[in-house]
This record gives sequence, C-alpha cells and structure tokens, in this order.
Amino acid sequence: MKHGTKRKIKSGILKGLVYFCAAFTVSILVALLGYIFVRGIPNITWQLLSTKPSAIRDTIGILPNILNTLYIILLTLLIALPLGVGAAVYLTEYAKNKTFARIVEFTTETLAGIPSIIYGLVGMLFFVKVLKFGTSLLSGSLTLVIMILPTIIRTTQESLKTVPASYREGALGLGATKWHMIRTIVLPSSISGIVTGCILSVGRIVGESAALLFTAGSATIIADGLISAYTKGGGTLSVALYIYASERAEFDVAFAIAAILLIMVFILNLLAKLAAKKLNRGKE
Amino acid sequence: MRIQLLLFLRKDTVGMSGSFTNLPAGVTAGMERHKRTMKVKHIIERVMNAVFFICGMVSIAAVLLITLYMIVAGFPAIKEIGLFDFLFGTVWQSTASDPKFGILPFIMTSIWGTIGAVIIGVPIGLFTAVFLAKMAPKKLAAIVHPAVELLAGIPSVVYGLIGMMVLVPAIMDIFNLKSGSCLLAAILVLAVMILPGIISVSETALKAVPKEYEEASLGLGATWTETVFKVSVPAAKSGIAAGIVLGVGRAVGEAMAVIMVAGNVANMPGLFKSVRFLTTAIASEMSYAADGSLQKNALFSIGLVLFIFIMIINAVLGFVLKKGEKK
Repeated sequence: MKHGTKRKIKSGILKGLVYFCAAFTVSILVALLGYIFVRGIPNITWQLLSTKPSAIRDTIGILPNILNTLYIILLTLLIALPLGVGAAVYLTEYAKNKTFARIVEFTTETLAGIPSIIYGLVGMLFFVKVLKFGTSLLSGSLTLVIMILPTIIRTTQESLKTVPASYREGALGLGATKWHMIRTIVLPSSISGIVTGCILSVGRIVGESAALLFTAGSATIIADGLISAYTKGGGTLSVALYIYASERAEFDVAFAIAAILLIMVFILNLLAKLAAKKLNRGKE
Repeated sequence: MRIQLLLFLRKDTVGMSGSFTNLPAGVTAGMERHKRTMKVKHIIERVMNAVFFICGMVSIAAVLLITLYMIVAGFPAIKEIGLFDFLFGTVWQSTASDPKFGILPFIMTSIWGTIGAVIIGVPIGLFTAVFLAKMAPKKLAAIVHPAVELLAGIPSVVYGLIGMMVLVPAIMDIFNLKSGSCLLAAILVLAVMILPGIISVSETALKAVPKEYEEASLGLGATWTETVFKVSVPAAKSGIAAGIVLGVGRAVGEAMAVIMVAGNVANMPGLFKSVRFLTTAIASEMSYAADGSLQKNALFSIGLVLFIFIMIINAVLGFVLKKGEKK
C-alpha cells in the first residue's frame, strides 16, 4: 500500500513536470511575441517603411533593407531552386551508383550542420575575394545558395518519394523517355513539396545575419537598377536589426524591425503549413 | 515447288526488312523523321542525365570548397603563432603592441556555454516532447505544436534583441552586477534557441516507438506515466540523443544572438563574466581587422577550430543516427 502511494506521487510529479515544461515552452513564445509586438508595432511608421536613413533630417528608414531582403531572396532562390531540385531528382530518379548517392546525401547533411558564421567566412574568402564580387548582394546570395541547398534538396526528395511508382511505370510503359516522364509526371506531382522547401528557405534567408554580414555588408543605399543592386553591398532586415540594436543603440527601430520579421515568419509558417496540407492530400 | 516457295518467301522478307524501296514515299519520310526525333530525344536524355548529375555534385563541391578554404585560410596564423600557444594560450590581445593570440578562453567559453544551454534546454525540451508525443490531449497539442514551430522560425537576432533588452538588465538587477552581459545571459538565450530542435527530433523518435512495447507495459499493470518514462523514453533514446547532439551543434555555432548578450571580453569563462565564444570572437573583430594581418589570419584560424568542432559534432550525430537505424 505504501509502495502504491509512492508510485502515485512519483507519477504525479513526472506528469506535473511534463505539463509544466510544455506550458513553459509556450509561455516563452507568448512572452517573446508579446514583448516584441508591444514595443515594435507602435514604431512601425510609414516613414520608417518608405524612406532611407537620412543623416541631414536625422531620420531612419528601412526601405533599403526591405529591398535588399527581397533582392537576396529572389536571386538566392533563382539559383538554389534548380540546383536543389536537380540534385534531389538525381538522387531519387537517376542515381544507380549507390556509393555516389550516399556521398551526396552525406555532404548534404554536413552542409546542414555547418553554422552560418562559417558560411560567412567562406563566402567572404571565395565570393568576395577570390571571385572578386566584392561585398555585394551577389556574394551574399551565392553564399546563401550553398546554405539553403540542403533544405531544398531534402524537402524535394521527400515529396519525390511520395510520387507512386505506378505513375512512373505507366509513363515509361507508354514509351516516354526518362526526362519526359520527370518533366510531365514526377515534378508536377511533387510541386507542393518543392514549394514547402522554398518557403522554408525564404524563412532562413529572412532570418540570416551572420553569413550576410561579411558577404553583403550592412549598407543602406537604394540602388537605381537591378544590376547595380546586386553589385553593391547592402544589409537585409536581420542585419539591420543587429546594427541598429548593438552598434547604434536605436532600440525603437530594432524592435520595429523585429516585429516585421516576426510577422514575416508567422506568414511563412502559415504558407508552409498550407503547402504541406496539399502535399498530404496528394498522398491520399 | 517447295524450293520455289522458299525462294519466294525469302525474296519477300528481304524486300520487307532490307530496304523500303517498295513503300510509298510519305511513309519513308515519316520513318526518317521518327529516327531523327528518337536521336534528338536520346541526346536530350543524355544531356539531362548529365545536368542532374552536376546538380548532385554541387553539395560535394560545396563541402570540399568550405573544407579547403577553412584549412588554407586557417593554417598560416596557427603556423606563425604555434599550435600550442594558439590553442592553450589564455590571453587574447589582438590589437596590443605586443599582440597575444591565445584562444583557450574562447574554447572554454564555447564548451561551458554549450554545456549550460544543454543542461537547461534538454530537460525542458524532452519533457515538452513527451507531452506532445504521449500525453497531450489533442486540443492542447494543437496549441503547443505550432508554438514550437514558430520558436524554431524566429531569427537569431530577435532572440539576441530580447536577451539584450530583457534578460541582461534582469540579470544585472537580480545579481547586483555592474553589467548583465555575461555567460549566464548567453546560456539562457542558447537554451531557448536549442529547444525547438530538441523537441521536434525527440517527438519524432517518441512517436516511432512501437505500440506493442507500451501495451505490454500497460498490460503488466504500469500506469501510463510510468510506461512513458520507463518504456517509451528508453526505447526512443537514440533519437533523443540525436536531438541533443543537434542542439549542441546549434549552440556551438550560434553567433549573432550570443554576440548581443555575452559582453564580448576575452575572459576565461565565469558565469557572471563578460565572455567571448569561438563564434563571437570571429564576428566581433572581423569587420575591422586589416586584410592579411596576423589578427585577421588568427580569426580565420578560430574559424578552423570552430569548423573542426562542428565536424566532430556532425560525425557524432551521424553515428548516433546510424545506431538508431540499426535497431
């Protein structure tokens, strides 16, 4: 009987701990969101969003940072998407040599584990110095391409695996060549997985700071054309947050940027969920 | 008669398969066209095969490129300073007239910071994972699960900002310090940052535990809580271990959130001392170190040390996962 009560108490404590920790995790998020929004949203003004910083008028605007973020997302996805999807297609559809496929998978996992500051260092050495792209959005984008490649490869591979083998057999049986089959059957049926990969990648690009600080810099100039935009340096929103918070002590601006970033993360999460839901429907 | 017939047949077959002279002109042209398109298709096929192969090569090339550049850039300073003095020197004064480049403070800070974050983050993460995988009523799980996903998506600079504006002043007040930027602040920020990774990996591992194990335990009279902690958690231990290693990797590699709360003085680690991690040592001096100077090269050498740390962690992760798969 005594043993029984001891058991009950022990179970009760463990159960209590489990509920407490879950509640703790959620409350961290709630506190974080609440604090950022309360301090950030009042500081999001039209002037902040639509101008660049001006030393003469002593105003701060984050339009250049918003544009830089969009430019970097655009170029990074433009390069990483075909490469990543291609690699995933190779791994699931073509690779006959198991050793080679395993090496590709191993290196992809390795890339996923490398911290962003190392990407920043290598990007600075290779793209900025050796290839002489300078501290520019181009160098930053190319660095991020390598960084998000594992995400795109993995999600694409996952969704390629869900395409039923009978689709492939049917297409090949009707006399389609392999490429024709991939182009018309396999890729269209796994599109939502690829979209999920894209959304996750955008999330990573938006949040990235360490890899971009050394490759794209933190400038706040508005370029007058696409080409000049990519050849000049510029800070994204995350980099700007870091600069305003820890170097310029402009905390109101930092909180405003943080609120904007959180809203973006929120929207991206929702989109990813929608895409995943579509993916699951495809499975049935 | 027979021979004639055979001859006739042979003539006929030769005529059919040998040449198409008997066929109408349109059909011949069609067949030629078909042959050509087959040839084009064949070429496209081979080109696409090569294209996909090259895409597959990109990750291999990237890993080789990173490894190569980390070694090439990191080696000169280590050679100049001396491996022993570099790794075990306790003083880092990169801009002094008699500069000293000892990175032991950074190494120790990274190790202690990571251990601290793991000690705080792992129990909370594991219990939350148990909640999500085994104990949560559906409605509660539907709140906690997205919360964890959101936590994972929050940029590290946002964590840094909160740490800087909330945690650092709080630590300063509670412990009566001159400045709250210290190892403790970094540990707390890192603990929160590694939570989502630990939770999602452990949750997946816990969900994969076969139902029969748990049913057997319940059948023997154990309560559900006992079953979860004595059967499910041990059965999922390699997955949980993978989650922890993943968290260690994230904590060792995090730079921007830490740089905003740790104070950035090259001290040997102490809970309330202002410290630099391996990552923040690189980030805090990189922007002003002159190209080609020993200072900048030493920063690359720190990068190399960090890279080696990460590679070891990756190897451990691979090992743990493989062990789990075998089971």
